[in-house]
Amino acid sequence: MVAKAPTEERIWQLLEEVSDPEVPVLSILDLGIVRGVKVDGEQVTVSITPTYSGCPAMNTIATDIRLRLLAEGIPNVTIHNQLSPAWTTDWMSQAGREKLEAYGIAPPVDGTATGHVLNLFGKDTAVRCPLCKSDHTHLVSQFGSTACKAHYQCDDCHEPFDYFKCHA
Amino acid sequence: MQVAPSETVALNSYSPELRQQLFQYVLQLADTSLILGHRLSEWCGHGPILEQDLAMANIALDLLGETRSLYQYAAELEGQDRTEDDLAFLRLAVEYKNPLLVEQPNGDFGDTVARQFLFDNFHYHFLLQLKASPDERLAAIAEKAVKEAAYHLKWSSEWMIRLGDGTEESRQRLDKALGNLWRYSGELTTPTAAEKALQATGIIPDYAGLLPKMEAHLNHVFQEATLPVPQGVFMMTGGKEGRHTEHLGYILAELQYMQRTYPGMRW
Ligand SMILES: [Zn+2]
Repeated sequence: MVAKAPTEERIWQLLEEVSDPEVPVLSILDLGIVRGVKVDGEQVTVSITPTYSGCPAMNTIATDIRLRLLAEGIPNVTIHNQLSPAWTTDWMSQAGREKLEAYGIAPPVDGTATGHVLNLFGKDTAVRCPLCKSDHTHLVSQFGSTACKAHYQCDDCHEPFDYFKCHA
Repeated sequence: MQVAPSETVALNSYSPELRQQLFQYVLQLADTSLILGHRLSEWCGHGPILEQDLAMANIALDLLGETRSLYQYAAELEGQDRTEDDLAFLRLAVEYKNPLLVEQPNGDFGDTVARQFLFDNFHYHFLLQLKASPDERLAAIAEKAVKEAAYHLKWSSEWMIRLGDGTEESRQRLDKALGNLWRYSGELTTPTAAEKALQATGIIPDYAGLLPKMEAHLNHVFQEATLPVPQGVFMMTGGKEGRHTEHLGYILAELQYMQRTYPGMRW
């Protein structure tokens, strides 16, 4: 079999099929961590940006990208880890935000990143409950089940839920 | 490691001496985050309540992430065969350059909060400045880490206030913690000869420039916590030059056990 050089467009299509291992409804494109794709003959380079420095999903994502491309007969893949510019939730797609909410995780509320550390005990970000859509919710803990999420509770339906923190 | 580290832009423009100095300094930063991250991870499963157990595990994870980026860079600066794992797991206690504060034991939750606050107040303000370093790699690592350090400082500041202005017992314990840990806080901003040399090149920030903002935040937190700021305490130093308290050896014994017992082991 003669290997056909893949096109960049094809690589992007395949990346759409690689999901975030911790939030499987999101593709890595929805998440906004793919910074670029370069095809040079049979050599493919995919640049990704970690969400949080210690995110344990990054290694899994790199492996999943390799496996997905390998399944298409593309073995020569370099995963380039790009730290700068740092990832921000602004790069999360609109489709991704809708998928998150449907999955039960409140999507990031833009412009609410905790850059203002001196504002101690400041007002919590108003986050809509992804289950009953009430705005009466409160922050339980800034640190949730994974590095990218905070833990909230709804004051109307009383369900606890994850909030995908704004990170900018 | 499956993720290739970023390509380095400036490495070749450094003289061998500067490269060696920078290697030592990046190791110092990496060791600092590694040891504190390890300390916090010791809380995993033992936190006072579930949410704070998770918070400490999250902060530990952020620090370990920062550590990996730093050790990867250090390995490149050294340009030998050592990998990030060799640097993290196969050096002796005297080769570790973390300041003494971060190796101090967890104690109770108050001890951990006090240690974390003293560190975060430095770490956050330091990273804000390091972001502007002409060394692109350090600047990129700082740009990433400072967002996380902001959450850490908010967390530890709020707990300082809750405990200090809390019950009689929480206040007493926090007061005792500060009585023990304050002496290690000065080392963070006291440059060693090696740090002064790097500060002179402009690659790393002058710590004196951080002090006004650190002090302003600390004073605000202590005031809210109704705690007096300790005065006239003799400051212990030496960690950044490899002279450690007895605690580091015990940490390394646990941290390095696997790599020492099964050399070359990988995930
Ligand atoms: Zn609800």
